[in-house]
Amino acid sequence: MIAKQQNQKAWFMVLPVFLLVAFSAVIPLMTVVNYSVQDTFGNNQFFWAGVDWFRNLVHSERFHSAFLRQLLFSGIILAIEIPLGILIALSMPRRGWGVPVCLITMALPLLIPWNVVGTIWQIFGRVDIGLLGYSLTALGIDYNYTQDPLAAWFTVVIMDIWHWTSLVVLLCYAGLCSIPDAYYQAARIDGASRLAIFRYIQLPKMQRVLLIAFLLRFMDSFMIYTEPFVITGGGPGNSTTFLSIDLVKLAVGQFDLGPAAAMSLIYFLVILLLCYVFYTVMSNIGMESTNHGGS
Amino acid sequence: MATITLNDIAHCYSGPSDDPDDYALKQLNLAWRDGGAYALLGPSGCGKTTLLNIISGLLIPTKGRVLFNEQDVTSRPTEQRNIAQIFQFPVIYDTMTVFENLAFPLKNRGRSKKEIDPRVIELARMLDLEDNLHTKACHLTADAKQKISLGRGLIRQSVNAILFDEPLTVIDPQLKWQLRAQLKSLHKQFGFTMIYVTHDQTEALTFADEVVVMYEGEVVQVGTPEALFERPEHTFVGYFIGSPGMNIVPCAVDGDRLRLNGHEIRLGQRYPAPPPGARVELGIRPEYLRLQPPDRDGLSVAIVRVDNVGRHQVARVALGEQLFNVVAADLSGLTGDRASLVIDPARANVYVNDQLYRGATS
Repeated sequence: MIAKQQNQKAWFMVLPVFLLVAFSAVIPLMTVVNYSVQDTFGNNQFFWAGVDWFRNLVHSERFHSAFLRQLLFSGIILAIEIPLGILIALSMPRRGWGVPVCLITMALPLLIPWNVVGTIWQIFGRVDIGLLGYSLTALGIDYNYTQDPLAAWFTVVIMDIWHWTSLVVLLCYAGLCSIPDAYYQAARIDGASRLAIFRYIQLPKMQRVLLIAFLLRFMDSFMIYTEPFVITGGGPGNSTTFLSIDLVKLAVGQFDLGPAAAMSLIYFLVILLLCYVFYTVMSNIGMESTNHGGS
Repeated sequence: MATITLNDIAHCYSGPSDDPDDYALKQLNLAWRDGGAYALLGPSGCGKTTLLNIISGLLIPTKGRVLFNEQDVTSRPTEQRNIAQIFQFPVIYDTMTVFENLAFPLKNRGRSKKEIDPRVIELARMLDLEDNLHTKACHLTADAKQKISLGRGLIRQSVNAILFDEPLTVIDPQLKWQLRAQLKSLHKQFGFTMIYVTHDQTEALTFADEVVVMYEGEVVQVGTPEALFERPEHTFVGYFIGSPGMNIVPCAVDGDRLRLNGHEIRLGQRYPAPPPGARVELGIRPEYLRLQPPDRDGLSVAIVRVDNVGRHQVARVALGEQLFNVVAADLSGLTGDRASLVIDPARANVYVNDQLYRGATS
């Protein structure tokens, strides 16, 4: 073995990136970490609090219920948007004038700013002037999202589906379009049924885009703030107070910087952990090798 | 197994049209013998794949009929034609193992496990895939994947024909030979009709009993590899087959005399006078031209360039304005930039308006 001469000067090349990341991510995050372990009574005087805030938060009823609501919301969103997105993508035309029409229609909701989406649905669902609220009430259905938690949930969920299913559709559509015709032709020659084509060709070929769609939708829905804030403000009661709304209430409303910082960190770690788990699980689906013989 | 007959087939992708230029496939009649090995040869875009898809039923022809054993199958869908097709890129079902891939066509047709299992194992042995039977198909190399595609065709006994659409495009050159040899022996063993689309003449000529040469949506010649080499029916065939292709140069024909750039050569045949205004050309393979030192008999030519092509040499020579390629084993005997060109009259073909012009032996 020849001992290679080590030249460590190249590390200087990463210095700009290091600085950029430090100022854009690490230092702001550290401020949060700093707050999370201290307490203050104002006047810029801080006391060491250790992990007290974390301990309080983990045992707090309020955090638990917000967390469960958040999980439930993301779960419902994913369970509806992913299959619905696949279904719509499958039924979209592959050629002809229908393609641009469908694509533009699909892209429209994605172009609308969050708070505008919230406002649209806030008005749409109103019992006195909103088309949805008024029609439902006229049909004799008891619908009022400002008073009934179920109606509030219904509105927020439907709004999210309206806003974001398109993203899943577009990703799936891109995945479907990238499947060469030969696969469909081979499937016809092999006598495969429509279901078998979906199960053995389309779904495996869409796996990568579905993973991205799933992660994007999970992260976005887990951090949802603007739309429910505009529509229900977290109410009625706390029924639509998701984690981010709760966090803002804690930090800005009550000005409890320590608990809010601790909550931010836990919130962040939960998202990171869940994304990692989803990514690992989903990219391994169908990829396990059952190799008994040769290579 | 079946004889496949194409009756007045024509296809236009944009629907029936009065303009013959719209047709990707112009009117053609072909018959494929049961158990034959055929190659469809032609440049990209000449309609080979269109023709193949018409046979397999992936396309319904605009005009004409497809017959399997005298039975009209023109409007029958692919799955009812009992045809196998292998595509340019290996098509495998990623999430399935090799075993499941091979069993898939039988499973779709509702066969029992008892019937499927031994058949898959037997076929895997023939294709050298038995070591990988329980590996996910997506982990295999391109040639193994292509064997799986082939296997999915062979698994159904008594397929009417197996169609290959440039199946060796993505395979490494060394493996190409191996796969081609395997394919040939499988063909002998099973006796299926095989139609092989390619733009590679070596592949077509080594593979097929009969080669169908296509050009711009038309069949220009159907024949054995020898016939295509010796007597191309169309200048395109002469030019397309052979490396380098046939020399095709303008000339004039008068009885059994050929006039070329002021020189006169005696041909082996006597030709009737070509129609006035027609384009008359001489076609001669570079292999049937000989170069001699300039002081010997022959047409005096200038040597433009000599290339080494593997075991032989290709000389490019100029007779006035006309350029010829000459293939020879060794041209080192020639010094200087001039030589005498000798044309073998028995091998010379005359073309009138690109079609082979036939004469009578004098």
